[in-house]
Amino acid sequence: MKEILRIDNLKKYFQTAQGTVKAVDGVTLSLAEGETLGLVGESGSGKSTVAYSVVGIYGATSGKILYRGKDISMGTVKRPKSLKKDIQIVFQDPGTSLNPRHYIHQILAMPLRVHRIVPENEITAKVKELLDLVQLPASFIYKHPLELGEGEKQSIGIARALAVNPSLIVLDEPTSALDVSMQAKVINLLLDLQKDFGFSYLFITHDLGVMRNVANRIAIMYLGKICEIAPAADFFHKPLHPYTRMLISSVPVVSEEEEQLRPVKVASRGEIPSPVNVPGGCGFHPRCPDKMDICSLEIPAMYEVHPGHYVFCHKYMTHNSK
Amino acid sequence: MSKNVLEIRNLYVSYKTYEGNLRVIDDMNLEIRQGEKVGLVGETGCGKTTTMRSIMGILPKPAGRIDQGEIFFEGKDLTKLSSKEMQCVRGRDITAIFQNPTAALNPVFTIGQQLQDVIRVQVSRKTGNRVSSREAKERAIQVLKEAALPDPERLLSNYPVQLSGGMKQRVCIALAMVSNADLLIADEPGTALDVTIQDQILRLLMNSVTKRNTATLYIEHSLGVIREWMDRVYVMYAGRTVEVAESADLFKNPLHPYTIGLLAAVPKLTGGGIAQGISGRVPEYINPPGGCRFHPRCEYKMDICAKEKPPFFEVGKDHKVACYRSA
Amino acid sequence: MLNSNNAIDTADEIRSKLWQVRKDNFKRSWYKFTGNRLSLVGLIIVLIVIVLAVFAPWVTPYPEHRGAFVDFSNAMQAPNAENWLGTDSVGRDILTRIIFGFRFSLIMGFVVIGLAAPPGIIAGLVAGYFRDTWVDTLIMRITDVFLAVPPLILAMAITAVLPPNVFYAMLAVTLMWWPWYARLVYGIASSLQNEFFVQAAQITGASRSYIIFREILPNCVSAIFTKMTLDLGIVIIIASSLSFVGLGAQPPTPDLGTMVADGAKYMPDQWWMTVCPALAIVFVVLGFNLLGDGLRDMLAVEEV
Repeated sequence: MKEILRIDNLKKYFQTAQGTVKAVDGVTLSLAEGETLGLVGESGSGKSTVAYSVVGIYGATSGKILYRGKDISMGTVKRPKSLKKDIQIVFQDPGTSLNPRHYIHQILAMPLRVHRIVPENEITAKVKELLDLVQLPASFIYKHPLELGEGEKQSIGIARALAVNPSLIVLDEPTSALDVSMQAKVINLLLDLQKDFGFSYLFITHDLGVMRNVANRIAIMYLGKICEIAPAADFFHKPLHPYTRMLISSVPVVSEEEEQLRPVKVASRGEIPSPVNVPGGCGFHPRCPDKMDICSLEIPAMYEVHPGHYVFCHKYMTHNSK
Repeated sequence: MSKNVLEIRNLYVSYKTYEGNLRVIDDMNLEIRQGEKVGLVGETGCGKTTTMRSIMGILPKPAGRIDQGEIFFEGKDLTKLSSKEMQCVRGRDITAIFQNPTAALNPVFTIGQQLQDVIRVQVSRKTGNRVSSREAKERAIQVLKEAALPDPERLLSNYPVQLSGGMKQRVCIALAMVSNADLLIADEPGTALDVTIQDQILRLLMNSVTKRNTATLYIEHSLGVIREWMDRVYVMYAGRTVEVAESADLFKNPLHPYTIGLLAAVPKLTGGGIAQGISGRVPEYINPPGGCRFHPRCEYKMDICAKEKPPFFEVGKDHKVACYRSA
Repeated sequence: MLNSNNAIDTADEIRSKLWQVRKDNFKRSWYKFTGNRLSLVGLIIVLIVIVLAVFAPWVTPYPEHRGAFVDFSNAMQAPNAENWLGTDSVGRDILTRIIFGFRFSLIMGFVVIGLAAPPGIIAGLVAGYFRDTWVDTLIMRITDVFLAVPPLILAMAITAVLPPNVFYAMLAVTLMWWPWYARLVYGIASSLQNEFFVQAAQITGASRSYIIFREILPNCVSAIFTKMTLDLGIVIIIASSLSFVGLGAQPPTPDLGTMVADGAKYMPDQWWMTVCPALAIVFVVLGFNLLGDGLRDMLAVEEV
């Protein structure tokens, strides 16, 4: 499969009154065409910053983001217009991702007009087609976002992303604000659309259950760096990094089978440090149950423990480093 | 069987709005026994927050109204109390923890000031004596220690903005524990927190209530949390409790079609895709469906479901379902 | 697929459906507005004043008294059956002059706000969009300079230099009014910059003017209208103050401020000559304030 997106040692630092926030501190990832790469992490992990850098809300501090081989690490303002058609985003909060003063018709017509996807007299027909794709009735064109439920608003956000026929869609926690049954609908919609149109997804979430059922490969981040990358099944059956194990064992589950799957309970301790004050060496060491002396001194390198399964942890020093 | 700390009988609550009367809570029934941890699970719009507000007497006025029914707290009917009497019950006998710890703490007062305010009011109400500021300070440090907060003396002079989300929620737990209330209502306390922090907070909360034998009503939309921590669970849909069972029993043997659909829709760590979810939308409360409010979305519906509201049928030890399928 | 309704609505059908939706929304807003009795009172007061002002020549008992008219036999009469609010020092009916005075007050208010708001709004939008750049700094510092001068003093200084009349008074007030709109809109626009729907428009590639005028501006409209309504009251007071000190309308034009000034000499014996116009000012300003409060309550609830 061809590679559609490559993030190469991306760093994004923010200057604030408290100091330099190292939101993303050396992230390398790749996404193949038609694949779903999941990015998991808690607050301060930098996953949203990675998403926003890909989409251009932020320009990179250093490092490269390559879309089909072309460097796109500058922000949207400097990007060529064709790129704005190819890469789209679905935001986390359905409440603020739609302009409350617009009708749905206008919200969906805007991208069509900007890129002249269809001539003016066909806009309404195309808008209805988009609503149809996300399984909403055509009468919604006369509605305000305030009249819709959260799941419906999120479907409109997806429809807006689809309007310009993108190749890569970044999804920043698209279902975190939704109830379980709405979440199921939206996830299934996204998967169906991917099957029909071959989108590549960069899927960000903190919900491991969703991640398991959506992603082909999963990367977990902590304090701006990647801890582990693995194919989805391996990630849950053979988690290697201590943070991964802590996270999986903290997630409440609803069935016995999932209980069996979880690693032995790693009691979560400590607070997540602020990204202004990242601990030296491996950022996780203050909370790590398997900490060794070297962990506070050196940043771990990447080790391939199983094929396609990479981990950044000194425990696996004996494996091939990359 | 220990006696009930809280008992809601046939409760009807409605809101008056421009569009008309929203009949939000429709014949709700719920019981909590002494020292029990009861979960109330349901999706957005099912009326969980309205239930909590009705119990605590903080329905928005003048729109919110208890039309019918009783809420018995240790034998007293809370719906019949005056607002002054209710004020005494709130905070002393019933305490609450809310979803957003940032919003629950006043940003312009220090943690110490807020804690000591609560201590002074609640302890003096319970004992009838005044509380000196030294005593208040000691008690504040004590509850902060119980909430596993590091360096409590220094924390007293910190402002909420200096604390992380997890620490703020611990402060809220400390605030709730001050008066040793008989009933604690927790409204999704872990939702705003990261998973690993939520785990710690819940552990702390559950240990505190177990130690004090406080009955807990835990409102939540995450099924996993309920399964891990609760003794008994009520499933709520469109203003009514539709199923109640012991926690393990509910997840092994769900009977109400809504419960079944809900559990199927939760994405599992074991993979296997996600079920389609339940078709349709939560009903409008202006004109809710007659009979069983779930019937328009139910794949097992029968004729009687649209006509008559199903009563609770006993199907096992402590397991009741409001569904004609289980008659 | 789910949809059965694939009929393509013509442009007319869409327009009529949108009208229906707008009417429904308006009805809902009206319900919210009328929930507060005081706002309704404010609306009624404002409507009364506007109707009286518009139809002044036909509604007043002595329309000819509005200009230079003297009738010394009838001067300084206390309120009675023929002159409900009495007469002034040269025999003109005070009620008539008050109603004509409303005309000037309203014109002053509408013109000043109509002239001051647009440049202020545009300045605020542009500064907010280009937040944290030199554009923002430039515009907002200019605004600060204008805001630093006390408004009444500035107006008096301007009218002291220029010949005193209504036109120059309006100009003076306009000049020191626009920065308030700039600041109001700047606050809203710069906070909206970070909202997801603005980011979405930028990511999709919408033009700057689209984002400023079609995405951000609609979200400022309710705050702007509320401010405009409240401002009308304040502008009327400022205008009356200018006339009171002789810098605005000149006699014999009927203006509430001038009438208060003229009558002040005769206090407390012929009290009605000052008190009635003063109460009229209170009446108008109160109306606009109550209306503005009601608007704020009505519009605020709808927002994000």
